[in-house]
Amino acid sequence: MRKNSNDYTKADFLWILKMAWRDGKASAKKLVLFMASIVIGIAAVVSIQSFGDNLKKNISLQSKSLMGADFIIDSKQPPNARVMGIMDSLGGANAKEINFPSMAVFVNKGSSKLVQIRGVEGGFPFYGEIDTEPKEAASMYQEKGAALVDATVMHQLGVVPGDSIKVGEVTLPIAGSINSIPGSSSIFSSIAPPVVIPYRFIENSGLIQQGSRLEYEYYFVADTNMDLELLDKTLNPILEAEEADLDTHLSTSRNLGRRYDNFGKFLNLVAFIALLLGCIGIASAVHVYIKGKLPNVAVLKCLGATKRQTFLIYLIQIAVIGFVGGLIGTTVGLLLQQGFPILLQGLLPVEVQVSWAPQAIFMGLALGVFMSVLFALYPLMSTLYVSPLQALRIGNKSESASKLSGVLVSGGIFIFIFLFSLWLIREWRYAVAFVAGILITFSILAAVAHFLMRGIKVYFPSSWSFPARQSLLNLFRPQNQTIILILSIGVGTFLISTLYFTKDFLLAQTNMEKQANSPNIILLDVQTEQRGEVAGTIKDNDLSVLNDIPIVTMRVQELNGRSVNEIRKDTTSTVRRWILNHEFRVTYRDSITSSESLESGDWVGVVEQESEIPISISDNFARDAKVSLDDKITFNVQGVIVNTRVASIRTVDWSSMQPNFTIVFPKGVLENAPQFRVLTTNAPSQAISAGLQRDLVHKFPNISILDLRQILVVIEGLLNKISWIINFMAFFSILTGIIVLLGAIRTGKYQRIKESVLLRTLGAKSSQILWITALEYLYLGVLGSLSGIVLSLVSSQLMAWWVFDAPFVPSLVPFLVLFPGIVLLVLFIGLMNSRSVITSPPLVVLRKEGD
Amino acid sequence: MAKILNVSNLGKSYSSGSKKLSVLQDINFSIEKGDTFSIVGPSGSGKTTLLGLCAGLDRVDTGSIELCGMDLGGLGEDERALLRSREVGFVFQNFQLLPTLTALENVVVPLELQGVKKASKKGIELLEKVGLANRLHHYPSQLSGGEQQRVAVARAFSNQPSILFADEPTGNLDAETGEKIIRLLFDLNADTGTTLVIVTHDMELAEMTQHQMRLKGGKIVVDQNTPIL
Repeated sequence: MRKNSNDYTKADFLWILKMAWRDGKASAKKLVLFMASIVIGIAAVVSIQSFGDNLKKNISLQSKSLMGADFIIDSKQPPNARVMGIMDSLGGANAKEINFPSMAVFVNKGSSKLVQIRGVEGGFPFYGEIDTEPKEAASMYQEKGAALVDATVMHQLGVVPGDSIKVGEVTLPIAGSINSIPGSSSIFSSIAPPVVIPYRFIENSGLIQQGSRLEYEYYFVADTNMDLELLDKTLNPILEAEEADLDTHLSTSRNLGRRYDNFGKFLNLVAFIALLLGCIGIASAVHVYIKGKLPNVAVLKCLGATKRQTFLIYLIQIAVIGFVGGLIGTTVGLLLQQGFPILLQGLLPVEVQVSWAPQAIFMGLALGVFMSVLFALYPLMSTLYVSPLQALRIGNKSESASKLSGVLVSGGIFIFIFLFSLWLIREWRYAVAFVAGILITFSILAAVAHFLMRGIKVYFPSSWSFPARQSLLNLFRPQNQTIILILSIGVGTFLISTLYFTKDFLLAQTNMEKQANSPNIILLDVQTEQRGEVAGTIKDNDLSVLNDIPIVTMRVQELNGRSVNEIRKDTTSTVRRWILNHEFRVTYRDSITSSESLESGDWVGVVEQESEIPISISDNFARDAKVSLDDKITFNVQGVIVNTRVASIRTVDWSSMQPNFTIVFPKGVLENAPQFRVLTTNAPSQAISAGLQRDLVHKFPNISILDLRQILVVIEGLLNKISWIINFMAFFSILTGIIVLLGAIRTGKYQRIKESVLLRTLGAKSSQILWITALEYLYLGVLGSLSGIVLSLVSSQLMAWWVFDAPFVPSLVPFLVLFPGIVLLVLFIGLMNSRSVITSPPLVVLRKEGD
Repeated sequence: MAKILNVSNLGKSYSSGSKKLSVLQDINFSIEKGDTFSIVGPSGSGKTTLLGLCAGLDRVDTGSIELCGMDLGGLGEDERALLRSREVGFVFQNFQLLPTLTALENVVVPLELQGVKKASKKGIELLEKVGLANRLHHYPSQLSGGEQQRVAVARAFSNQPSILFADEPTGNLDAETGEKIIRLLFDLNADTGTTLVIVTHDMELAEMTQHQMRLKGGKIVVDQNTPIL
């Protein structure tokens, strides 16, 4: 014997790599398409993740200039002696500010607008700057006794520096426009834009009255060695007990970062869906790819290759494709994020300097490898079970991967999706909901595709023309990718149309408010003695007073006998902070309004003298204050202690555009308490509204006027911007869908060519082949996009019932634009990739494809 | 002379739906080293299955096979694969070249599986031997049927196998090309002393071997010592 059995050695790992390379090189075209399936998804995830990191980093870097100081002590009322003492012990404030919303009159233009007045004294800001036009206005306004006005307002109203602004009783020249200022976020600024005036004019403005929503802010510059975290931890509880609050630039930036983080997480999930879709594309394409490779696997096994070796050859190919896909996706994602600051203009609190986040890069590469391998694992496993006998033409069907391995791989996939989404959103309940949502959506779409196909099989239209029938039959050809195509087209369509329906739905809800005879002008801070005159002014403008609501401010003193200070100190208490610190604006009336419904208890409309006043609270108050029916709440009504009992709990529709209240007292208790009023009216046109506002501001400078029409424009603009971003993310899914579609078309191309050649040989004309091909893609496009739209209709309807509690009138746009658009896109891609099948003579095609 | 293949009481069946289909029953034969041996029989007689079992591509249901002194029943799948990579060569009816590999790469696969260094050099020598020195870097789809089968023969001999199994080696070739391939197989057999086992329909080819065995319905009807015709 020439060789001893002990001489047997295994081929080393290098050989496996060599084989993976040799085989992959020859299959490059097919592999490139698999890779493309995940590139878009990874680009989306990486761009969002990296931009989110950058945003957080920028917020943190610019935290001081966002605040303008190291820390602030703020309070809703003038600080008491204790708070003043604390501030003195800290060396005294470096600057102070008083701010509140108010109407401002632009004297030269005769127009008025709700603005946020910021009366500033001292060298604020100590970090960052007030960016003004002209530049010197920021440093001169204090000295010159002038105002700085938000640039957008000046632009909208045609106001220029040198014009005058009237704030309450004070008229000041405008020194310049504000482009940005520490402490004013761009989102809030669009409703009440900032107007900065010297502090010394506030008193004379006459705007500090009962009910004014004032905020006193004291700015501090800390020593470099001061531990701000410790300061926050030590002083905040003491200040809270005195109804004041301390915010450091660190905690503020943390909170701000968290808020943007939430939106980022949502976008991340949308991007992740695109990636998942790509992975399903990979699984499907690898399935067909590996099926084509099984004869080679059988031959390799005949030649002496082991199961492990053949499995590894293809596993390595997939991992390398995943890595390259991850690399390209990551690069695209990093480049894409450069455009985000432009895309998100007006929504970001800071100017973001985009850099490459290492964590996002690592994640992109890891995702590429891991997800491709994970999703390719099940089809790859069939290489383990293929028998070498297949090389000998023996019809011994290889065992397919066992059910157990299928379950294990699927389990692995879901565990990974769950863990990754958990990492993205850091909340296991939402991660479970996300995985469940994905599973349900994908299953429903797959089921829709499955049942539609079964329906076609059962009710096959035998009377149709040959091309129509043949193209239908093509959906069932061996190795068809009908389900995956319907799924990818369906998920993309579903995402876009759901986003569209939801946005449409939200806007429709606000429109309804506009049309109904409901208030669209709300007058805040009306003093009791002004009530009659204000109502008279409304009537003089031929309008009627729709509501005249009394408001009494109060704070919670005790909850079930425990003082708020005691609860604050109790670290185990789950009562939310706002309950303990908030100054509640409470009303009293004898009936519930249309935006409220009684959840439990009995509504008490009027009371005589009672020791415990039966009040009604909103469900969110009950939840956050941990109180239920008959629990006792003691209020401090501007120095007077009032004992109450929870008589009823209401559900309040906070989205309805009318004054809503957390706490409602019955009539007969608060009538004599210091109070102010909110009056509402409905102005049928912009001109009438402007006239009324002019009159009111002229006569009652202290009143703030909320013009819901203007606010709706702002909300609409904001919604449009957000929905544009979401649409942009959904576009990634559509793009991935297109690539999966391309991959699927390419994969099935040879099969289609063979059929086409056979049909031509039997006498089919080119036009008939074209019809068959076109109709096949038409069916796919129609089935996929229709399934997506129908599913989104159902999900939007469910949202309308459960989330918005309002009727849902679906827009026709998804049906009239999205549906034909996607069908045409599928048709176009399908036909463009089948040109050679249709136009070339059979022999040419065969020779070409045989190469 | 020493036996290279010894088959005793071999039986094999496959399940077809709920039924069990007996493919081979009570097969006994042995082949000596360096011999040429043919298995003939009508379609469906079980000859290709027998070839596959002898090469260790599947397990027998009953009986035993001893290949190159090793009991195949006692070897695991990977051990049988290793045995094949060292001792066995294959020539298939439809060539079974790996379409994504060039002619040279196809030839060197068995050598590389053994971890042989300078496999390419040996591969080139073999392709020169079968007259394909100018087609080293062509893919199978760029070669004619005869050329593909010559590459397959070169591959089969690349690992200097003790035994070569050829399954209808001329089945997909025209008569002239087929004749060349047969000549090549027998020449290499003579040069290297490799045992040659051929499954064929072609009686002329069968008669060229030293021993013939006829199968019908999964059973031996004529043993190798009895003339076929």
